[in-house]
Amino acid sequence: MIARTLRNTWQLGLKEFRSLYRDRTLLFLIAWAFTVGIYTAARAQPETLNAAPLAIVDEDQSQLSSRIVGAFYPPYFRSPEMVSMHEADRGLDSGNYTFSLDIPPHFERDVLAGRNPALQLNVDATRLSQALVGTGYVEAIVDREVMEFAKRQQLASTPQIDLVPRLMFNQIGSHVWFGSVMELINNVTLLSIVLAGAALIREREHGTVEHLLVMPLRPLEIMLAKVWSMGLVVLVTAALSLYLIVQGLLQVPISGSVPLFLAGTALHLFATTALGIFLGTVARSMPQFGLLMIMVLLPLQILSGGTTPRESMPDAVATLMLAAPTTHFVEMAQAILYRGAGLDVVWRPMLCILAIGGTFFGIALSRFRRSIADMQT
Amino acid sequence: MSAQRAVAQLDAITHRYGKTVALDAVTLDIPAGSMAGLIGPDGVGKSTLLGLVAGARRVQTGTVRVLEGNMSSAAHRRDVCSRIAYMPQGLGKNLYPTLSVNENLQFFGRLFGQTRQQRQQRISELLEDTGLAAFRQRQAGKLSGGMKQKLALCCALIHDPDLLILDEPTTGVDPLSRRRFWDLIDRIRARRPGMSILTATAYMEEAERFDYLAVMDASKVLATGSPAEIRAATRTERLEEAFIALLPAERRGGHREPVISPPTSSTFDAPAIEAHGLTKRFGDFVAVDHVDFSIGTGEIFGFLGSNGCGKTTTMKMLTGLTPASEGTARLFDKPVAANDLDTRRRVGYMSQSFSLYTELTVRQNLRLHARLFEVPAEHINARIAQTAGQFGLTEQLDDLPETLPLGMRQRLSLAVAVIHRPEILILDEPTSGVDPVARDRFWELLIDLSRRERVTIFISTHFMNEAERCDRISFMHAGRVLASGAPRELIRAHGGGTLEDAFVSCLEQASEPASEPLSAARPAPAQPVPSDRRHLSASRFSLRRLLTYARRESMELRRDPVRLTLAMLGTFVLMFIIGYGISMDVEDLRFAALDQDQTVASRDYLQQFSGSRYFKQAAPIANHADLDRRMRSGELSLAIEIPPGYGRELDAGRTPQVGVWVDGAMPLRAETILGYLQGLHIGYLVELARRQPIAAASSPASVATRYRYNPEVRSLDAMVPAVIPLLLIFIPAMLSALGVVREKELGSILNFYTTPVTRLEFLVGKQLPYIGLGLFNFGMMVLAAVTVFAVPMKGSALALTLAAVLYITCATSYGLLISAFTNSQIAAIFAAALGTLIPAIQFAGLLNPVSSLQGPGAVIGQLYPTTHFLAISRGVFSKSLGFADLRGEFIALAATLPCIAVLSVALLRKQAK
Repeated sequence: MIARTLRNTWQLGLKEFRSLYRDRTLLFLIAWAFTVGIYTAARAQPETLNAAPLAIVDEDQSQLSSRIVGAFYPPYFRSPEMVSMHEADRGLDSGNYTFSLDIPPHFERDVLAGRNPALQLNVDATRLSQALVGTGYVEAIVDREVMEFAKRQQLASTPQIDLVPRLMFNQIGSHVWFGSVMELINNVTLLSIVLAGAALIREREHGTVEHLLVMPLRPLEIMLAKVWSMGLVVLVTAALSLYLIVQGLLQVPISGSVPLFLAGTALHLFATTALGIFLGTVARSMPQFGLLMIMVLLPLQILSGGTTPRESMPDAVATLMLAAPTTHFVEMAQAILYRGAGLDVVWRPMLCILAIGGTFFGIALSRFRRSIADMQT
Repeated sequence: MSAQRAVAQLDAITHRYGKTVALDAVTLDIPAGSMAGLIGPDGVGKSTLLGLVAGARRVQTGTVRVLEGNMSSAAHRRDVCSRIAYMPQGLGKNLYPTLSVNENLQFFGRLFGQTRQQRQQRISELLEDTGLAAFRQRQAGKLSGGMKQKLALCCALIHDPDLLILDEPTTGVDPLSRRRFWDLIDRIRARRPGMSILTATAYMEEAERFDYLAVMDASKVLATGSPAEIRAATRTERLEEAFIALLPAERRGGHREPVISPPTSSTFDAPAIEAHGLTKRFGDFVAVDHVDFSIGTGEIFGFLGSNGCGKTTTMKMLTGLTPASEGTARLFDKPVAANDLDTRRRVGYMSQSFSLYTELTVRQNLRLHARLFEVPAEHINARIAQTAGQFGLTEQLDDLPETLPLGMRQRLSLAVAVIHRPEILILDEPTSGVDPVARDRFWELLIDLSRRERVTIFISTHFMNEAERCDRISFMHAGRVLASGAPRELIRAHGGGTLEDAFVSCLEQASEPASEPLSAARPAPAQPVPSDRRHLSASRFSLRRLLTYARRESMELRRDPVRLTLAMLGTFVLMFIIGYGISMDVEDLRFAALDQDQTVASRDYLQQFSGSRYFKQAAPIANHADLDRRMRSGELSLAIEIPPGYGRELDAGRTPQVGVWVDGAMPLRAETILGYLQGLHIGYLVELARRQPIAAASSPASVATRYRYNPEVRSLDAMVPAVIPLLLIFIPAMLSALGVVREKELGSILNFYTTPVTRLEFLVGKQLPYIGLGLFNFGMMVLAAVTVFAVPMKGSALALTLAAVLYITCATSYGLLISAFTNSQIAAIFAAALGTLIPAIQFAGLLNPVSSLQGPGAVIGQLYPTTHFLAISRGVFSKSLGFADLRGEFIALAATLPCIAVLSVALLRKQAK
């Protein structure tokens, strides 16, 4: 009995490979996603502070003020535009500038006199990322220039503490490292859902799945065949991509064990292919599958913790997303690939993925025959 | 016949689809005022020819003249399209299934510019005539096949055309409806003797009543003339025989009529298949209604009936594919069960449409099925060779099924179904669309299996001559078996004649007058059709036609709950996801300290972190190994190390160093953490300076930062006004893109090809409902933003609304542009997703201002409409701006619109290829 199940599952899986091999468009899509897709996604993501537009209103026109103006240059900032107060306001309104820095009249004189004058920095806070990160930079740059100036003028200084920040696991804070691996994860999820789900819909539209169901086969075997074959395709391409593109071409250092990561990916693929089959049993047609997939995929990707940190989500959302396999997969992948964590650390997310995958698989299995039977004509 | 006036003349017409030649140098004159027919099997070019005559397809080479004009000229097509009516192949293909009978007719009437009164009169007449009057309010999709065809005919006749083109109007329709349909056509012709009719059919016996025939095979016309002339020329008695005689010798290939030897034993002993009171319901629709039959071992048993009469569902219940709602089905004297693998091994099934793997070769298909049916491994190769030989597939073993002709594909399906030597074969319309020669060869194989190997065969068909070859048949109609028995007995019981006569009389007895009135029994109305024959020369632009399309589209949208729900619910779900998802606020980050100093000063320094809302303190770190482990597991995002002697150095006026470790795995989060750290650190220094006895000597200058527009730097306040533009391009573009492509896939696009509606009217008409839906979504999102997300709206709501109208129009136009060049729904989904998501998220200034972008991204960003609406949305929500401040953006949006519109009109074709 078990031997027969294994034999049938093996045979049907081989058939899936042959089918995929003939579908050149899909092959191209897979190849593209795991090479060009990852490369461009990693490269396209700009560093957070890139060419931030800044305007300066220099009402002082002194040595110090020109020092400050000269301290802003690419790549972090665009060369500052020197404007009037009114123009600065309009530029902020229309979104031409994210920052406008106002150096008040007699600024240098007041500094020298120890009056502790204040520069005014206006930030367009609707542009969150640039606003938050950039403000720190502007303040630090101004601070540094004024201190240098003061030191040269031998002004007394107050007690100082040096803050020495170090980034762990990604010492240069490179977006390429992060972007490439997260894109790899997103593509693994996307492709496994599409391959398993769309293949089922296509078999249904062509009537071949009916054919399978009148043979001495059980739905379990049909589903397992799709899971192992499509899972293997994605796993192999993901592994190749990790070695050749991420490590090779993009030179991303990976600190943890790649085999452990691939083992986790295999578990994740079990969950996502089962999810794909489940969606395939829910959707009545390819367009419905397409819309449904987008509705499922977007939360899976955006709220998994791979785009923005889970800490910033409302509690309800964060809790709800614990039911998504991607949440645990992202957690596991970040731990292994960036922080070099071992099985002792990641056994929990792995177990969660397995449990979620099992649940999806069970639901899909129970729906499988019924969803075919209920199709009219 | 050259003396006769021709309604359509084709001269050296060749038509290709890619490499496939559909018509090969066809020259043909179709006489006016007569009933002309094209006959031949599926796929020989009949439909292409009719599409060319109707003006629905573009002429590739050669000339087509219809109604005294060249169909290659757009001006001529516009002039004559209101004199031609075209009814495409497929049951009710040009109808809108969710619209009622009346609404469908109203739509066509409006398109041809009829006034309300004209429409009412014409529709009433047509419905009376066709006996559809009782079903005026029924949805077209819920009509039976015969009724759908009548309605399609009514729609074609609504503008009283001079040339009526019917493409296989009776395929898949039961014999009674088929007869009534042709009677109806005869009556119409009697009243409008001038009208020319051009029709195609695969039923040779129907063609007997036509005035003129063109016999087609393999992209060529084999013969033309009246049925009598063709029979005389080939010295045959029936058209089917004439057709076979006309085929080239190699195609005929030693053809002979299959001979059925009588069953080996006159009584079929044990029943192989039995059904008792078998019933299947889908909701309140009864597909199969208490069907009983018993089929003996080795018998050929036929089901005869129209499309949708329940044949397929019955067969699916026998195979266990569909559970029965009531009653029992037994195979080999055992009840059918979904998980009975042993029984399935003894049954072969061939479904209605070709359903083998087109990606696998003939050999691979045979092998896969042999393996799955557990033919012993050592026998598989021999079995494949033997089966291929028996079914004449030896030379095609390594070909892909798609490259084979239809007849051969059907043989492959049968070969696959018998590879495991089943005792029962269930075949669902195995020969539909196959040419007569191939059909006869197929039957030889069946007879062989039945008589020599005693295989029980249960087959469904709508060909009468095939039914005559069965040992016994059942007439099936509307889910019920009307009569069963040997064909000869059935003919005898219903007063002789042919089997078709017997079926028709059976149907007439069974059909209750209320369900479908016998229009044949009614006298033809004496009143002639109102001869208000002024043909509205199609004007270049008509608001009426535009609104007709808008009205129909919104009706369809309202009746498609799945699409509507996804469109509305989808917006909300996505708004929440993105609103919360793309958040830059980082709160409650877990940090811990490695305090090696343990003085008042060090605790004072750490105090500021634990007191902040951004950070949450965890248990102190014991040593560096502990720090490393806890950072690695992801428990801590931030670790602070205060070196020994920190307090002492600070007091001494030296500069102590505080070490900070930030988890850099997520660069964005790391940068945000660093930003917070810097802020808190500087704040602490200022605080420290203030505590100094000599306050004057504090830091030389300070920066007063003012967060404009969003002083609390709330993520939601920044994100929500940006999410609205995103979703307002994504969903409306997707919906409108599917709107046109759906028509292309389902076939109703033909109405656009063959009616006077222009491209602009069509596009704008289809767009209006989606603009409405988009505005509704906009309103709901703004409401949710202000209430649920509590984002204040500071500027002019009117400006925002006006901009939204412009922007949604842009977005839907963009969708139409996509649909103008895609041909399948899945491609449209992909193109719409790629064409909206990436530019809107990456280049429109959502995260990084457009002015920070470089290269092609910057150019796309400047041109893309989302950029401008995003600026307006943020301006109105957060910056309290109004019209005057946003002039530039409004102008940019308004300028985008005509560009997209012109492009989509230019790309949309008014004809199929």
